[in-house]
Amino acid sequence: MREITAPLTDETARSLRAGEQVLLSGTVYTARDAAHLRMLDCLREGRELPFDVRGQVIYYAGPTPTPAGRAVGAIGPTTSVRMDGATPTLLREGLKGMIGKGQRSAAVVEAMRECGAVYFAAVGGAAALMARCVTACEVIAWDDLGAESVKRLTLDRLPLVVAIDCEGRSAFEDGQRAYLEYMMEDKQQQHE
Amino acid sequence: MREIAHEAITEAVAGLSVEANRYLPEDLARALREARQAEEWESARALLDILIENEQVARREEMPICQDTGMAVVFADVGQEVHIDGDFEAAVNEGVRRGYVGGLLRKSIVGDPLRRVNTGDNTPALIHTRLVPGDRLRLTVAPKGFGSENMSRVAMLPPARGVEGVKDFVLETVRLAGANPCPPMVLGIGIGSDFEGVAGLAKRALIQSVDEVNPDPYYAALEKELLEEINRTGIGPQGFGGRTTCLGLHILAAPTHIASLPVAVNVGCHVTRHRTVTL
Repeated sequence: MREITAPLTDETARSLRAGEQVLLSGTVYTARDAAHLRMLDCLREGRELPFDVRGQVIYYAGPTPTPAGRAVGAIGPTTSVRMDGATPTLLREGLKGMIGKGQRSAAVVEAMRECGAVYFAAVGGAAALMARCVTACEVIAWDDLGAESVKRLTLDRLPLVVAIDCEGRSAFEDGQRAYLEYMMEDKQQQHE
Repeated sequence: MREIAHEAITEAVAGLSVEANRYLPEDLARALREARQAEEWESARALLDILIENEQVARREEMPICQDTGMAVVFADVGQEVHIDGDFEAAVNEGVRRGYVGGLLRKSIVGDPLRRVNTGDNTPALIHTRLVPGDRLRLTVAPKGFGSENMSRVAMLPPARGVEGVKDFVLETVRLAGANPCPPMVLGIGIGSDFEGVAGLAKRALIQSVDEVNPDPYYAALEKELLEEINRTGIGPQGFGGRTTCLGLHILAAPTHIASLPVAVNVGCHVTRHRTVTL
């Protein structure tokens, strides 16, 4: 399986293809609904973002509190589509990747093509298991948001699927189509 | 009259909150393993293996199965011969507070839907109380994740749409949900009652054991048909294709008005949690 490191270079982001499985290491930042709204406020008002988004990957996640002796609590992706309103703006600011679950809007896919960005899916609900791939977690902004604060995570080989690539190809559409075609063929063969 | 101390209620709710988030109901864990056996599509099998491993890791390491440890939905069947010493709802909320703070569960509740400040302790719980015969108190804590809750829908269909209308609405809800609610899903379907009642039926249907068979053969057949139909959509685990889109579904039906056919679909994920104790 291909191993990549965040932040992502333009070259890496553009080389990934929908359906490909990767192991992601390096630094990513968590941001959910409330943090996205605040980031848009920052940009509108000309203030600095909590981190420079250029080349970075945002993980749509809010972990459970960290138990003693561990790096992080349970952590898995939240539904990405809720962030779609803010995403094209962040992509145009230089964001290179996102980790979440579920489909994205046409506007996000268009902005991804334009900016050469990639959208990864993590396994939704496999949060106890995926905690093993996070070696450090630190709140860097908006602690008042609690579960929704912005955190810097250090990842060690987090397993992901390239869900939508920089050309707009979708592993959801491709995967479902391939399965349904397989089922149709299977039925036809049973008939023959 | 049988006396139940409010402290006993608090302790029970605290324990149930933590346990429900760490231990997947055995029937659902079994359904996952059976779905893995029945799944033909390779990538779907690999994803189901991850979900099964995750459930085991959570149990072993005393970690929440999912980081969305939910809104604490509490069902209380209160025997009419029971006397509770103190404020019942305060006792439940104190239990949620202790469970979520002490058990290192995520605090996911904002005190107001528009002004959105986190309450910091996952309270208040959503409490559904029913008065029943007897002198026992049955408490169920069902932490509800909102990735799946957001995909739930209610429709007030005209009676002429009949069972076909219900089937179409359920299938449409599943297709619209797609990859978002962490499929494989569990569905609770309410049919009948009124606007608020039908959603309550769907929620109660969602926390039944997935292997429970509807006692009414008409609805048992409809459940089976819907499950097969849903598992032909091709959505598959996490929306990446496959047979396993839904692990189980239940229908709860109730009397309704001559002018309406209410239907509600409460969408749950593969971590549809609930835990019950009787005091």
